[in-house]
Amino acid sequence: MSLLAIKDLSVQIGQAEILHGINLSVQAGEIVAITGESGSGKSMTALATMGLLPRGAQTQGTVMLDGIDILTTPEPALCQMRGNSMGMVFQEPMTALNPVQTIGAQVAETLLVHRNMPRREAHRQAAEVLQRVGLTVPPDRYPHELSGGQRQRVVIAMAIALRPKLLIADEPTTALDVTTQARILALLRELVSAFDMGLLIITHDLAVVADIADRIVVMQKGRVVEAAPTQTLLAEMRHPYTKSLFAASTHQVDLPDRAPAAPLLRVANVDRDYPMPREKLLGPRPRFRALHDISFEVEHGERVGLVGESGCGKSTLTRAILGLEDVQGGQIMLDGQPVFTGRHPNLTVRRKMQVVFQDPYSSFNPRHRVDRLITEPFHLLERPPTGPARDAAITKALADVGLSPSDGRKYIHEFSGGQRQRIAIARALIVEPELIIFDEAVSALDVSVRAQVLDLIADLCRKRPLGYLFISHDLSVVRTVTDRVLVMQAGRIVEQGPTEDVFNNPQHPYTKSLIAAAPQLPDITHAPETV
Amino acid sequence: MSRGLIIGAALSVVFVVLAALSFIWTPFDIETLNIPNKLKPPSGAHWLGTDHFGRDILSMIMMGARTSIAVALLAVGIGMAVGVPLGLLAAARHGSLLDELIMRGNDLVFAFPSLVIAILITAVFGASAVNAIIAIGIFNVPVFARLTRGAALPLWERDFILAARVCGKSAARISVEHILPNITNLMIVQGTIQFSLGILAEAALSYIGLGAQPPTASWGRMLADAQTLVSIAPHTALVPGFAILLMVLGLNLLGDGLRDWLDPRIRVARV
Amino acid sequence: MGPPGAVPAEGGQDCADLSVLVRCAAGYCDGQASAMIRYVLGRFLSLVLSLVVASIVIFAVIEVIPGDPASFMLGVNARADTLAALRAEMGLDQPLPVRYFAWVTGLLTGDFGNSWTYKTPVAELVSDRIWVSLPLAIYALILSTLIAFPAGIYAASRRGSAGDVTIMGATQLGVAIPNFWFAMILVLIFAINLRWFSAGGFPGWDNPMQALKALTLPAIALALPQAAILARVMRSSLLDMLGEDFIRTVRAKGLSRRQALWRHAVRNALIPVLTIIGLQFSFLLAGGIIIEQVFFLPGLGRLIFQSISARDLIVVESVVMLLVFTVIVVNFLVDLAYAAVDPRLRRKA
Repeated sequence: MSLLAIKDLSVQIGQAEILHGINLSVQAGEIVAITGESGSGKSMTALATMGLLPRGAQTQGTVMLDGIDILTTPEPALCQMRGNSMGMVFQEPMTALNPVQTIGAQVAETLLVHRNMPRREAHRQAAEVLQRVGLTVPPDRYPHELSGGQRQRVVIAMAIALRPKLLIADEPTTALDVTTQARILALLRELVSAFDMGLLIITHDLAVVADIADRIVVMQKGRVVEAAPTQTLLAEMRHPYTKSLFAASTHQVDLPDRAPAAPLLRVANVDRDYPMPREKLLGPRPRFRALHDISFEVEHGERVGLVGESGCGKSTLTRAILGLEDVQGGQIMLDGQPVFTGRHPNLTVRRKMQVVFQDPYSSFNPRHRVDRLITEPFHLLERPPTGPARDAAITKALADVGLSPSDGRKYIHEFSGGQRQRIAIARALIVEPELIIFDEAVSALDVSVRAQVLDLIADLCRKRPLGYLFISHDLSVVRTVTDRVLVMQAGRIVEQGPTEDVFNNPQHPYTKSLIAAAPQLPDITHAPETV
Repeated sequence: MSRGLIIGAALSVVFVVLAALSFIWTPFDIETLNIPNKLKPPSGAHWLGTDHFGRDILSMIMMGARTSIAVALLAVGIGMAVGVPLGLLAAARHGSLLDELIMRGNDLVFAFPSLVIAILITAVFGASAVNAIIAIGIFNVPVFARLTRGAALPLWERDFILAARVCGKSAARISVEHILPNITNLMIVQGTIQFSLGILAEAALSYIGLGAQPPTASWGRMLADAQTLVSIAPHTALVPGFAILLMVLGLNLLGDGLRDWLDPRIRVARV
Repeated sequence: MGPPGAVPAEGGQDCADLSVLVRCAAGYCDGQASAMIRYVLGRFLSLVLSLVVASIVIFAVIEVIPGDPASFMLGVNARADTLAALRAEMGLDQPLPVRYFAWVTGLLTGDFGNSWTYKTPVAELVSDRIWVSLPLAIYALILSTLIAFPAGIYAASRRGSAGDVTIMGATQLGVAIPNFWFAMILVLIFAINLRWFSAGGFPGWDNPMQALKALTLPAIALALPQAAILARVMRSSLLDMLGEDFIRTVRAKGLSRRQALWRHAVRNALIPVLTIIGLQFSFLLAGGIIIEQVFFLPGLGRLIFQSISARDLIVVESVVMLLVFTVIVVNFLVDLAYAAVDPRLRRKA
């Protein structure tokens, strides 16, 4: 008998049917991964298994855990099971912990709710569990004193404190850096074999899936489209959606060749300091050096990648290059002129660069129409086009990114995430800048949409000489869209060189560890082409 | 649109119409005293009865609505006109000395409840409706300044503001072009709430004699006059009280309804 | 702060010594305790600064704006010798800064000056009356909290139920009721018709039970409208908390909805609620001044209104300062309470 057996599970919230006839099972000691794009119903399946569906959700079918049907079990009995025979780890470690309780107390609570033991004993055991999950900080710390990876370990400790038979992990590493992700995945894998626990892991990242899972379940729009042991699934890929999903994840763009050219952006020995809170009462304010002696160049029409983990200084560098903040040492020149000119920006410099941000939902003023949004950079021009010239520019910019002129009259909420990133690119292109900064510009998109946007960027490169700085934590994306790559760690550039050279033959230990930690999809080039 | 919104809007409109009507017509002239006819309970002639001078209470309520609405509206106007720009400025210069100064100034004003401001002003200038407006208005300034800053700060973190800065737009221009349109709903909702609080504050001030002075009619003064008569002629105290209650209730329902209708995520401050 | 006109070198020396002293004290602290001390010290500094600015504002309004406060107080028909006597009493021949410092020094040492109309020290007048006003505000604050917390928590935990709708409807009314009118209605019902309480007056604290009884109707009148606001804040703050990710985490640990609410949401929801309680205290204190009028209570309110009509600026000035002082100190205490509730303020990240 399976540890977890979901049979014909359907979930309806109001009029909307979220899940249709889901079937899946997890054995003890087995890792099953559910994958799919946003809206596929992955997380809802996990919540149904925990009996934590939102109020008003109507269910059909059965969810049997160890012979008990979760869907028909009354709430008090479910409370007994949660944390005891099943545990759950969530995506966002930064908000998953109660900010006003110590981590030790929060782990001890799992023990105290389910076992009749003195508080002291619970705290002692909690400290042990925290050690077991590899946490090195004392249990009397508060969540805000811990990093994201450490917090995720605390959440895992809470979930496994009573050695549940089933652990559910919903995107447990999505919010983490690649090196942290590798360590958390290793921990999960190790706990599964040590406790003979079943693990149901939910992730959109196919590389993670292929890396960790014994069996893969692919979901699309609330249905299971394919489920098979990992090797079989990777080899066969019976369902077209599975094929397209994997093809999009390993998508390679066709970047046109370029000839060497004169330098456009020159960053020379740049330091950037931030003041920190005082450590001693009246002591001097310590300064945090976010950028340390940064030097690099970007040629006209060159496509340069910048990789590094969160907190390495990527965003600080972006703001400095965009001329939004001053630097404490060195200089940043664009086409021979400084980018930062105090409170009054030098518009001739500014109009040579534009930026595309990560979050398609916060990149646009929701109160303005698309035509007004994408013409905002006209502010940089001395004589912005008006009337028919403006309309022509809008039409051209929208056409360049594959949108129709009528889209200009719509508001931003009428567009999907991928379309919004296209609009963001249209906004960047409308003043025909020489340099575009893509700041994690495809990181928030589903794989298939991401592939389309990357193709669009390559397409634009073919139409005109387009230079850009592509900032991302995703090594595989950077590898396909750049000529040259910079690797950043703790405010310094530790390695730079032609992209293929750096990836094939990394020199710096940090680059090596980054590349080693990034989960790799197995070579699936033999898989049949999809449309 | 919710039921609350409709009821709230209807109640508010009724009082505004009564106040407007009082400029051209009231059932009786409230400046003529009619002592023999005093303290009459509600009747066909005097729908809401008469007060201790024999004046028609309905007419007094209509004239009082004028005072209440004028004082509260002007006080909200002062609060918005000063508070919103201050809040925008503080948010635009977040973390600067100016921001700190504005916020500390706000905290300081919060230590002076409008009643205390009214006491200070009255002690020196004497009581009047204008003083009530100033006292309530000053108190509204930090409410709007804080709210504006609080709503503007997260907006400044959004990428679309960064995009505007990349386009070389100044902080002032961004505040007007991008921040202000995104906080208008919030201001409308909070404005309604402050309006209702202004009605309450005006009533309290004129009740203790720090607001509008006779012969200007005001609900608070009507209550003060009724206080010693409450056991003989309860209607003299009940009518103005219910007028205040209904007007404030109407405005609150309108504010909450507007919030749910415009944007349910809006959080109003109610102090 | 040195006396005005002190030699600069001396003042500079003082400052240096002080900073060395504080620096030494801070040297013994580790980083975490230092963050806490810095927070408390920061709030304390802000308290002192607020008091200084508030006192300057009050002084300016009362003693500078009228031009000559003495002739303002006595009116146009004042006799020359009376005017001279009052001017001497108020020290009007001195320059403004000296008068200000004399006033502040007096306040700090408990000398609030002498009332011109009562011919007694203001401190005496105040100390008689503050034992009505302050207990009334505290009584009302306790009542308001005792009513609002259960109501708000109940409404949040049963969101959308008949109980929630009833409580929210009641708070909608409570927010809209003018407290002094509510007080009049209470008098009409409980004092005049039912005769459970007296309609007004205060018997003094010799018999504490009688005193409390005399303050009960005023406290209820003050507390209910504030309780309505507090209950709404409590409810919405709790609902915010119940929507947080960490509530889902504790539910996954096996806590029931009720346990998650009581053990996790309530304490977190207290943080915004504390702010409102702090603000409410100043409203209760000021609102008490009005309610005292309804119940003929011999509190600060009566003193202030009598002084305003008698143009006794000396009393008004000091009583207003006292009210503002109390409000600022209460806000400081609320800031300290934050630190007790929220560890993020106690330790640095």
